[in-house]
Amino acid sequence: MTLTALRSKLESALAGRVPAPFTYRDRKVMETVSAGIPTVDSLAGGLPRGGLTEICGPPCSGRTSLLFSALALRTGEAEACALVDGRDGFDPHAAEAAGVELKQLLWVRCRNIDQALRATDLLLQGGGFGLIALDLSDIPPETIRHVPLNVWFRFRRAVEDSPTVLMLLEQESNAKTCASLVLRLDAGRARWSMTPAPDIHATRLFRHPAACLLDGIEARAEVLSSRMQPAIGAVRTIAGPGAMAAPDQTGMFASKTLWGYFSGVPIGLKGEFKSGSKDESKVR
Amino acid sequence: MAFASIHVPDFPVQAAVRVEPTLRGRAIALVDGIPPLWNVVAANQAALRAGITLGMAKPQAEQFSGVTIRQRSRGQEEATHTALLDLGWSVSPRIEDTAPDTVTLDLAGLHSLFGSEEEIARQLTQGASRLGLTAQVALASNPDAATHAARGFPGITLIPPGEESQRLGCLPVGVLSPAAEVLETLERWGVRTCQALAALPVVDLSERLGQEGVRLHEFARGARSRSLMLAEPALDFMEEMELKQGVAELEPLAFLLGRLLDQLCARLAARSLAASAIRTRFRLETSPPSTYEKVLSLPVPMRDSKMLLKLLRLQLQAGPPPAPILKLVLTADPTRPRVTRGGLFLPRGPDPEKLELTIARLANLVGDGNIGSPELADTHRPGEFRVRRFLPPRAAANRQKNETSPGAGFRMFRPAPQANVVLCDGRPARVSFRGLRGDVAAASGPWRTSGDWWREEPWQQDEWDLEIHFDVPSKTSSGASFGRPKQTSNAPFYEGPHRAPASSPHGLYRFYYDERLQGWFVRGAYD
Repeated sequence: MTLTALRSKLESALAGRVPAPFTYRDRKVMETVSAGIPTVDSLAGGLPRGGLTEICGPPCSGRTSLLFSALALRTGEAEACALVDGRDGFDPHAAEAAGVELKQLLWVRCRNIDQALRATDLLLQGGGFGLIALDLSDIPPETIRHVPLNVWFRFRRAVEDSPTVLMLLEQESNAKTCASLVLRLDAGRARWSMTPAPDIHATRLFRHPAACLLDGIEARAEVLSSRMQPAIGAVRTIAGPGAMAAPDQTGMFASKTLWGYFSGVPIGLKGEFKSGSKDESKVR
Repeated sequence: MAFASIHVPDFPVQAAVRVEPTLRGRAIALVDGIPPLWNVVAANQAALRAGITLGMAKPQAEQFSGVTIRQRSRGQEEATHTALLDLGWSVSPRIEDTAPDTVTLDLAGLHSLFGSEEEIARQLTQGASRLGLTAQVALASNPDAATHAARGFPGITLIPPGEESQRLGCLPVGVLSPAAEVLETLERWGVRTCQALAALPVVDLSERLGQEGVRLHEFARGARSRSLMLAEPALDFMEEMELKQGVAELEPLAFLLGRLLDQLCARLAARSLAASAIRTRFRLETSPPSTYEKVLSLPVPMRDSKMLLKLLRLQLQAGPPPAPILKLVLTADPTRPRVTRGGLFLPRGPDPEKLELTIARLANLVGDGNIGSPELADTHRPGEFRVRRFLPPRAAANRQKNETSPGAGFRMFRPAPQANVVLCDGRPARVSFRGLRGDVAAASGPWRTSGDWWREEPWQQDEWDLEIHFDVPSKTSSGASFGRPKQTSNAPFYEGPHRAPASSPHGLYRFYYDERLQGWFVRGAYD
């Protein structure tokens, strides 16, 4: 059988199911937006609009920091965002300190994973949001593993051709090929400022010789897979699902606590910052 | 021609048909009275042709096949009359509430806005049709001629100036609304049409019938000129429906609500207004009779009846009435319609009406208090916040984002799990919570907060930021004892969702010691 005959036979067999099996279809170039963390942006090229971004990692690995950073950028640009909170773990104080415009954020507090999945579906169908985050970080991985794959397919279909960034936060990757981008985060070391400033206020505040402040947390980001077409000028590589990460697909970033932004300032001055406001207690 | 009149023939019947459109085109008779003495008080032409007469007893009327009997509803008639006024105000600010079934409009100066007289009359007819009414519209140079022509001629009637007497001549004298005894006298004289009345000498008529005779003579000639008694514009948007049998299920109730909402939205549209809230009041089939009320507050003005019906359905699903419903009353709080134009450089947000529907569905799913925008409370109490209605502002925020270092994420544990903490030299040295145990590698604290000591629920807490290196699960110490509150290692621990995997056996947590509860708790984790 000649190649032409084989081709025509295949085409006739697939007629009605696949319109043009031998026609090359260009992969759609996805518009991306910044995640607010330069390391993540340079690794992944940003977060894809119209695609599912999966952020997985163990507790304390920086997933929430990445979420807050993306929310801060999107809400800062007057986009309406939604957070589906799978286990009611969202802290508005920390989010506000990270720069999230809370007025632009729709917070859906769920009690279980079923509610969270249905709420996400409703939000996707409603449309118009710049970012929808489904936070399943505190739900055991074995529970999420039982979510049928067609749920993730449904989400992917609902979000594609829309300007919405769909983020999924969990401990393990579950969406498989439905995700346009899979990022894995791992916890790095914590940053402590161990040296109290030689200041009279500091002496009063920190009587213990080992007194210290938590300035921030380091995290390691790794691109596990990406289905995005590289944009012109983007510095990143694409790996297929399950592919081993190349050395340049990992990077480190650090998040800072509110008082960590002033780690270079003497402690006595820290206490005077925003004196009289309710945020004073956070500055410590 | 500077005046228009809108007349609704068979007004009580049309008021009933308006809330029950399936009756349109059928023979209908309305009964009223004190039970069981019901009498026919109104009927349309089809019913009259079938043999129904006014004053007939209800059992007699029920003998006629093909005639639908309904109870007269004053509330429906009032709502229909208000709708008729709304129709008038949609065209002219100067209208007269001539009769329950008739309104008269001053059209002076409106031609540049609405076009010719014919176009105005057509718009009024179409507007009445949208309100569920079949109206007769007439335009004339004086209000009385317009009113009488509207009562006498079907459809649209245009009477050019100077032709009033000629055009009104063929109408029966009854359209002039004479007193009963005057009408009887005219009948005895053989005067049955306006033309015959206009032909009588006015002095002789005055001698016999007084001023009433002179007035009727002017009406018949279409020569009476007067000013309109202007009606005060009112913003009363209420529709109601009474039911013969109680409705207990949501589907038929939604069907009835849809009809009322259609009428309400048509009236709002006629006045170029929208609703900021929809108030629903049901009279329930209980003894004694009780009412059930709901208020649907809308974040943006709406007048899309289908969207409003979906929102009402969701609201009633969440809180259904406790008994079957005998009467429905819908009231709209009117407001100016939403201006949809946004900023040229602002991102496109969710459509407000669609967003409200999505939020209503989500509220049905997770509960009313579990959806909205978080808002920080004006207090130092840790973790305090409110959830308010989500109303995304349409302006870009001015907040500067530090792009090099994101803010540290923090996850709350709600409710805060209890922890066991071993103190060494006043600092946490070893902790356990939710089945996890570990040594404290670094600690920052105590950060003491207290407040509300003047209230019933004061707080006093010492917070610690702890970096914990967790034990590998297989090497969990079996005999360790922990700090206050005293608890043995054999006590069951809560196996929560938050687990430290073996690959990352360390974490950053915020603990606090509650002075009032005398115990250690975990507020959350840095993430």
